[in-house]
Amino acid sequence: MVVGPPVAEATGVTKRFGSTVALREAAISIGQGQTHALVGRNGAGKSTLVSILTGLQAPDEGAVSFGGEPAPRLADRDAWRQRVACVYQKSTIIPELTVAENLFLNRHEHGRNGLISWRTVRRKARELLDTWSVDVDVRVPAGELDVEQRQFVEIARALSFGARFIILDEPTAQLDGAAISRLFTRIKDLQQQGVTLLFISHHLQEIYEICDTVTVFRDARHILTSPVGELPRAELVAAMTGEAAAEAGGARRGPPAEAANVLELTGASLRGAYDDVSFRVRAGEIVGLAGAASSGRIEIAETVVGLRAATDGTVEVAGPQLRPGSVPAALKAGVGFVPQDRHQQGYVAQMSIADNGTLTIPDQLGRAGFIDGRRRDEFARSMIGKLAIKTPGPELPVSGLSGGNQQKVVMARALANDPKVLVLINPTAGIDVRSKEFLLGKVEEIAESGAGVLIASDELDDLRLCDRVLVVFQGRVVAEIPRGWHDHQLVASMEGVDLDG
Amino acid sequence: MAESRTATEVTANDPAGGGAVRRAGSGRRIAYARLRDLALIPAIIVIAIVGQLVSPVFLRGDNLINVLQTMSEIAILVLAQTLVLIVKKMDLSLESTVGLAPGVAAWLTVPVGTGHGLGLLPGGWSVPIALAVGVLVGVVNALFIIRFGLNGFIVTLGMLIVLRGILTGISGGQTFFRLPASMLYLGTEQWLGMPASVWLCLLLFAVGIVVLGFTSFGRSLYAIGGNVDAAKAAGIRTDRVLWIVIVTASVLAALSGLLLSGRLASVASAQGNGYIFTVFAAAVIGGISLNGGKGTMFGAFTGILLLFMIQNVLTLAGVPAQWIGALNGAIILIALALSRVTGGKVQD
Ligand SMILES: Nc1ncnc2c1ncn2[C@@H]1O[C@H](COP(=O)(O)OP(=O)(O)OP(=O)(O)O)[C@@H](O)[C@H]1O
Ligand SMILES: [Mg+2]
Repeated sequence: MVVGPPVAEATGVTKRFGSTVALREAAISIGQGQTHALVGRNGAGKSTLVSILTGLQAPDEGAVSFGGEPAPRLADRDAWRQRVACVYQKSTIIPELTVAENLFLNRHEHGRNGLISWRTVRRKARELLDTWSVDVDVRVPAGELDVEQRQFVEIARALSFGARFIILDEPTAQLDGAAISRLFTRIKDLQQQGVTLLFISHHLQEIYEICDTVTVFRDARHILTSPVGELPRAELVAAMTGEAAAEAGGARRGPPAEAANVLELTGASLRGAYDDVSFRVRAGEIVGLAGAASSGRIEIAETVVGLRAATDGTVEVAGPQLRPGSVPAALKAGVGFVPQDRHQQGYVAQMSIADNGTLTIPDQLGRAGFIDGRRRDEFARSMIGKLAIKTPGPELPVSGLSGGNQQKVVMARALANDPKVLVLINPTAGIDVRSKEFLLGKVEEIAESGAGVLIASDELDDLRLCDRVLVVFQGRVVAEIPRGWHDHQLVASMEGVDLDG
Repeated sequence: MAESRTATEVTANDPAGGGAVRRAGSGRRIAYARLRDLALIPAIIVIAIVGQLVSPVFLRGDNLINVLQTMSEIAILVLAQTLVLIVKKMDLSLESTVGLAPGVAAWLTVPVGTGHGLGLLPGGWSVPIALAVGVLVGVVNALFIIRFGLNGFIVTLGMLIVLRGILTGISGGQTFFRLPASMLYLGTEQWLGMPASVWLCLLLFAVGIVVLGFTSFGRSLYAIGGNVDAAKAAGIRTDRVLWIVIVTASVLAALSGLLLSGRLASVASAQGNGYIFTVFAAAVIGGISLNGGKGTMFGAFTGILLLFMIQNVLTLAGVPAQWIGALNGAIILIALALSRVTGGKVQD
């Protein structure tokens, strides 16, 4: 099927960051018209390969070629842009600039006088977003968009260059089900037009849905490349992890009947987000808050942790009512939190893993406001061990971690203060299959030890371990589904379809 | 748990909260964003009224031209600093370049016998020399900051001291007089009834507004200041843009120095000393973020204009000269607070 030279090829690529080897003699060859999946565990080197394939970084060794020709010089950004478009894992949105300008950055529409015609830029931006049915005002600063809208701006931009080769590095990690299917419809169009794609995702079912070839990386090396159809899921996971796949199992017992409430919402409302939400979480219970990204589930979770203040109703954590809208109050009451957008609210990129992981517990690290560095590093080391964070040590800045490992640091921080209530928004976004099982296992352990857990997510894997799932639709809790649901039942419910009715 | 600083910011920026609300409020927010550019206009009008009440001279044409002329040199520095701040760098050495560039020109062209002049070159060379010094300083700054990746604040702080020292060295701590005619021209000449320096300053700002607002190059400054990696990913040659910005800023500082020494018909060894505080203050008052990527040229202009109008009003009110220094500092702080109130956003 493959004719002519590969659209993009990397051979013998090695890339080191200090003592970390991110890629070791790795290779990939992406044939004309393929939709090529690249999978591997967190820190396997996928994003590093992407930055080399898009000319953001030079490999220490090895070479990249496009259509048989050697890659252009790094400084020649225009030449790279003609060959490859990319949605990076790390956000490349510039928050201060408007949505329209972000979409047409460095390729503004110029008027006859040689100056930028903002009116045309805005119009084209509007048209572009309309084709994606993203309903935002293109004149607002991009920083005001929510995570999903921002992700769509990135995707829409990358796909609008007309490039014949497009790389998507975990485009779906921040999207809900409906958004993903919109993206896939578009990808299928592109496939029909003969566009070549490199697709990275930790959702393996997506690989089987849209890709034809898959390459597996493990520990900085190329492990195998094979047609998707010839590699069943179990073998794929085995190739990624280097060990036979063990299916997660073991039914949870659930909370004891007499357990006390640790979280109670009564008639909570926030205008424009959610309305009259009441539920309780008991000690040792895991409760899911399912729904689309815009359903209001995220706002509910953010209210619990004090990022937002409900306009009506009460939020009680382990007893007395919280001061609304106060994060310190929530922290003090014993709330641990994994925010939705790790880049913005999760960590301070330039600070070390140790500092980030212990940001919420300075008082446990020393007396009178001083921080004992040894104790902090010790704490961080145990955290790195417990959550299997892939790093040379606790002193590495979080910006040097792979995306999934950054998410683990955020998780570690949520666990640091032994929370009574753990609130998780999309906790496994960008986390590989094996680490996901592991992380969710940790969540169960925490529940077992008597904490109440609230998981706001639309990932079925996250919701599966919940004792019950509350479905939020257009700002209201519309259903409560006990453990043991079928996938289609929950999905339908999240989309507002009542199967029984 | 979210880090508390970010967390409170989120709460503060979005008290009503909610994605659904966002859409409804956006229209108002845009109007607001546009208005932020004009945030200082009410303050300027108020000062104009107060000034008129204090002294009927204030709104007279010649007084206003006087205000514009005294601010023109420093306004050009504000323009230069604005470019640098938008790409998220800083250039403290601008104030030394204001002295050194015309200083070197005077040193080489002023005839022997008057002060420390060497008289090596004919007077016609003075302007090109001053501008060349600007280019040179900019290149050195850029080498340190971009090529060697050093911190711009410290590099230019070092340069500030070195350049000031060089000027003291070549002038022997004295003032250069009897400058060649070409050096005096821009600072003294009138074009169409307004000083050339005012024309030049207004023209430069007009160019600045157009370049920053309506050219790809100008927009790339904002992209770099907002997120360098994203700018690179969008195909912007970030290093090249940074070079151009840093060198341009120094050349503008040299030009500002030429205007100043032309107007004063001399180059003091302390010329430009202490300007940088006013420059930064004007930029921040005018809405330029010290964290890069934010602010407009027009805003910066209103910032410096407001400061100089207040100063003028104080002078007209007969505040003793000895107190002007203390008041200046106080005014800047008050103006900062004022622009925070009218601008509505947290300054960073
Ligand atoms: N700038 C950097 N400095 C130091 N180490 C880095 C840097 N960038 C990447 N690394 C390291 O290189 C390795 C590979 O990272 P990479 O981002 O390519 O992983 P990935 O496969 O994309 O993982 P994920 O699925 O979590 O996104 C990681 O161990 C990471 O810590
Ligand atoms: Mg990655």
